[in-house]
Formats: sequence, C-alpha cells, structure tokens
Amino acid sequence: MDILKFITAGSVDDGKSTLIGRLLYDSEAILADQLEALHASNRKNDDGSIDLAILTDGLKAEREQGITIDVAYKYFETDKRKFIIADAPGHIQYTRNMVTGASNAALAIILIDARKGVVEQTTRHSFLVSLLQIPQVVVAVNKMDMVDFDQAVFDQIVADYKVLASKVGLDNITYIPISALKGDNIVFSSSNITWYKGNSLLQHLENVEITIDDSSARARLPIQWVVRPQTDELHDYRGYAGRVSSGSFRINDQVTVLPSGFSSTISKIELYDKQPDEALAGMSVTVHLQDNIDISRGDIIVNSAGQPQVSKAIEADLCWMDTRPLDTSLTYLVQHNTKTIRCKIQEIIYKVNINTLEKDFADEFKLNDIGRIVIKIAEPLAFDPYQVNKANGGAILIDSRTNLTVGALMLRQSVE
Amino acid sequence: MSKYRLDYLDELEAEAIYILREVAGQFEKPALLFSGGKDSITLVHLALKAFRPGKFPFPLVHIDTGHNFEETITYRDEMVARIGEKLIIGHVQDSINEGKVIEQKGKNASRNALQTVTLLDTIAQHQFDACIGGARRDEEKARAKERIFSVRDEFGQWDPKRQRPELWDIYNGKIHKGENVRVFPISNWTELDVWNYIRRENIPLPTIYFAHQRDCITRNGQLMAASPFLNMDADDRIENKNVRFRTVGDMTCTAAVESYAFEIDDIINEIASSKISERGARMDDKVSEAAMEDRKKGGYF
Repeated sequence: MDILKFITAGSVDDGKSTLIGRLLYDSEAILADQLEALHASNRKNDDGSIDLAILTDGLKAEREQGITIDVAYKYFETDKRKFIIADAPGHIQYTRNMVTGASNAALAIILIDARKGVVEQTTRHSFLVSLLQIPQVVVAVNKMDMVDFDQAVFDQIVADYKVLASKVGLDNITYIPISALKGDNIVFSSSNITWYKGNSLLQHLENVEITIDDSSARARLPIQWVVRPQTDELHDYRGYAGRVSSGSFRINDQVTVLPSGFSSTISKIELYDKQPDEALAGMSVTVHLQDNIDISRGDIIVNSAGQPQVSKAIEADLCWMDTRPLDTSLTYLVQHNTKTIRCKIQEIIYKVNINTLEKDFADEFKLNDIGRIVIKIAEPLAFDPYQVNKANGGAILIDSRTNLTVGALMLRQSVE
Repeated sequence: MSKYRLDYLDELEAEAIYILREVAGQFEKPALLFSGGKDSITLVHLALKAFRPGKFPFPLVHIDTGHNFEETITYRDEMVARIGEKLIIGHVQDSINEGKVIEQKGKNASRNALQTVTLLDTIAQHQFDACIGGARRDEEKARAKERIFSVRDEFGQWDPKRQRPELWDIYNGKIHKGENVRVFPISNWTELDVWNYIRRENIPLPTIYFAHQRDCITRNGQLMAASPFLNMDADDRIENKNVRFRTVGDMTCTAAVESYAFEIDDIINEIASSKISERGARMDDKVSEAAMEDRKKGGYF
C-alpha cells in the first residue's frame, strides 16, 4: 500500500471543508469520540444535518471566524491506499498557505461551484497548481444539487476550464460532478447524476497512478550527516547519510560530488542492518564511496552521467510569504536541500497578477506576490530546473533578521 | 519513468529518518524527549536507523512526574542500558520542592500540567535548541496544523498564527537565542501506522500496553488505575479488570480500556475496529474543546 498526498483548492463558499468532511465521514475515518464532538457542536447545516466542515477546523481563531486560515493535515485510508490531505485556505490573502500545502502534493482537487463556474479564484488556484507542478489534477464541480444535476452546466464548466488549463499549462485533468453536501460522487457513485459514467472522487483517488522518476540520470543524494563512529573497530568508517531526493543509485555507479566536482564510485549502500543494492528516490540511506574525498553536509552526490546545473546566479519564480516586503538591498539566506547560503535578489523581472495571469513590471514584492526574479548566491548551488525535477529545484528564502521563511523559490535556469 | 512506489511504512520511516538527520545537521544541542510511550520508543528505533553505527547526536530526556507506571521506568532503564545512549531526567518533584509549581489538590489532581514547567526548566538548564517529540498530527485537531519544525519562544510558547511556512521537505531551523524548536518526525503517522511499524520492526514495548489484570476505579466515565497517586474517596469503588493502556502518561490522567489484547496482533485488530480515538483515553484533553491548543501554546510537548 502506498500514500497519496493531495491538496484541496477552493474557498469555504465552494464547500471545501464539507468535501473533506464528507470524504472522512463516508469512508468511516471518523472515530466515535470525534463523532460525538461533532454531534454535540452547535453548528448545523440549514436542514439540521451535522456540519461536516467542523472536522477540518483546527484552531480556535478559525472557529471564531468560521474560516480556514492555516494548512491542516488530515489522514484516512481505504483498502487500496493511504491518504494525506493538505487542507489549505482558498482566499487570496492565504496564497502562501496554499503554496505551502501544494509543495508536497501529488494531486490537486480544484473545486468549482456549479452555480458560478470558472471564476477568478479558479484561475488563481490553477495557476498555483501549475507553478508548484502538481502532477495530477481533479476538477470537482461541486453543488450539482443546486443546479438540478444538469449535465449542460457541467459540460459548459468543463469546456471553460479546458481553455484555462491550456493557458496555465495544466494537463492530466479529471473532471467529476459532485455534491459534497449530499454526498454525490464523493465516495459512492451518484444515483442523481446518471449521465456521468466515470469514477467517484474516492475511486479516482484510490486508482490514479503516481509515477516516480527512478532513472539513474536523475540520481540526487543531498548529504545531511556524515556518520563517523571513530571507535577502534570502525576507525575508517565514513558513511554519507541522506535521503535520495530523485532518481536511483546502484552499487558501482560513477558519482560526482557537487559543488566540488570530485568523482568516485559507490562501494556500499546501507540502511541500518540492511545492505541493499540500490537506493531509490524517497529512501533514507547511508552510502560509502570507493575514494576518500572530503564530503560534508550541504554537498550533493549525483550520478556522473546526469549532472545538475551549478551556478551562482539563477533565474527563479518567487512566491513572497512575509508581511515585510522584499528588500533587494538586503542579504537573505537561501536554503536548498541541506545547504544554506547567503544571497540577494538581484532583479525583479516581472510580477504576475494571479487572478488575470497578466505579467506586470514591478519594483516591489509584497505578501502573496508571485513573479520571476534573479537570485545571486554567495556560493554555487547545484540545482535542477523545478519544471524538470521538483525534488532538486525548490528552495526557500530566510530573512536573517527574523529567521522567518519569507519566500518559496522555484529555480529555473542559470543566468551566469 | 517507472511505477514503483515505496510501501507506506517505508515512506514514513524514510521521512522520519530524514527529519532526525536534519535535526542533527541543523542544531547545536538537540535532545529527544522520551516519555516511555510507544511513540517515543518508535523515535528511538528510528534514531538507531538514522545514526548507527555512530552514536546519537543527542541525549534522551525524560520528564518524570513521579507518578509513573512502574513498568514504564523499568522499560526505560533497560532500553537505555541496551542502546548505550545518554539519559537526562527532569523531575517534577524537584520543581515542586523548589516552589516553582504547586501540587494540585482534590479528586482530579494530576501532575500532568506541572510537567510543562519542569520541561522548560530542563530545556533552559541544558540549553537545548531542539527537542524531538513523538506527537502526531492525527492525534488531535490543533496538532493537525502544527509544523514538523515548530518554533517556541523563550517561554516555550507555540503561536499558531505565526507558524513558518514549511515547503517541500525543507525545514527552517534558524532561531534566535533563547528560542527552541520542537521537532515531530512522526507527524504524518497515524496510531495504526505506529502499531504496524512496531510489529514489523519487532520493537519491544512496556507491558502495560498489553492486556493485564489491574485494580481500577471509574472516574468521569473512564477507567483509571488505582494507585497511591490518585486521590480516592469513599465513593470510589475498586474493581479488578482486564485492561490495557493506549497511551502511557502520568498515572493520574491516563485512562485504561477494557481489553483482552494480549499480543500485538490483537491490539492492531482492536484499534482497526475501534471507535474511540487515542486521545479520547486521555482525560487532560477533555477539559474543553480547545484544551490541546491552550496547552501547546503554554509549552506542553
């Protein structure tokens, strides 16, 4: 059994929390005491049924305001798969939260209100899903019960969305008509929507294929920690510990250590008491090299036949996440894999209006702004373009005055 | 591109090991908070996988309320001897003796709330900059929103409104002097995941997790172990029952469930079909709907 992480994009008005509540409720992922609290709550739907949205509300402040502010993680499983939902808020002032939730998702559910169709926030959510390169997209047309389960309404929304999808560069899209409130096509196929022959949302989530690139050409191992017991019997032991971020390594592979550029061969792969022949993307391992070369935390081991770009000036997409605006005169820190280096944002190329997708010239970057910049780094960074290899193309910016994470970087190309 | 996928336990394990190694790489003086419960026992096992054949780059820290199940302490001492790592104990009794906290009175008196002070003092005394804990996001809805690296101010407080965005698997452990970070490597595990992992890895557990006979009383609808630490009065009736514990905490606030699960397979079956979530058996969360959030803000684990 594997794990599927997905994000739901939509606002409270689209019934997002109700959708998640319904998924949990109908798949029996709610335990008795949680259910008891749910029934005991004063919040009810207009028809007196329990408000499933309560299940995903976490913090007091949020309950008071009746909106989802932060990202909440929910867990459920079926016989086929385990699921982790990142429940992120949909309003524009919480764009950074959605970017955060989207960064780890393998699938995005974009909610559209059947009565409203493709609206401004649909554009925004779709743009973010594309920016963060979420490989699979479900467009869930919700509140079908409010439009009498009319196929024409659904078909029109699908047609409208296809135009938007090509504009933002999304593919692998599945369209499902649902009613989260009534439970149509969430877990069970709907008896009200007979014209729809596809899977229910849960059936789709259970069966959608998520591929992992395990090619050796894409092999990346950022080093976190050097294991050196320094005991008498393990005097010469030097193991390089880390998690393979993409691709795969095998014993005897020719590898290069970056940024130094030294080469060697993998002599041994360890995982505690096991010695596997290969290390695949996602595995935490300790590797040993034939030659004694100087490697420390922050270095990355890659396959010599497929090397990333190494550069001190990189063009990147940036999402600004702090209430203090970007200051181009300031030195920030960039954290990429296990490496943290000083940097500056050298140039703002443009800013995107994420509601209309128009690109504007800009000299300032404020909370939730997204656009393209050039970052200048004190030491060379070994990266892949985010579009090509997410695992080695994402980085964060840290404000060294506050230590806060202030930006998300999707690296694009060297401009040295 | 192939279609291979890691099995979910392998994926969760790899993620937890990755997080533990990030702690080692990013902090000067980390510590692993060890309660004797199954979650922190799992953390120790994961740390073995992350750092052996080297030593742990952190000590284990146990905050001892003095009201422990004896079985937990026996387990703790045997485990520490077996793995040969350092253990630091912070005693709630010391905090009481120093007048920093006052023992609660009355029928529901518990040292559970007092241990926050002892924990913060222990952190300050040893200048720990990161404390690894076994909390999971599925336990409780305030925890569902907590980061894997969760920054605490110098008063140990968690500010849910000022959490740092946590993107991809890049964890920002930068802090100011006096602050520290709570790190939760098994955030994404569920209770059942932990049990399935313990079974797969053959990890030994304290005996109170398994069904046994014990004198209990019923308090607020929950079964509590009769002990000298529990303030009892004439109304309390002691009954001998077949019970086990789903969490291991202070004896005064950890409720038992009636059970005939003698083996780990029985427990997994019991949980898989169970209708009470784990923290439902902890009286300390019952106080109010926002109980956990309030205690986290105050520096609780």
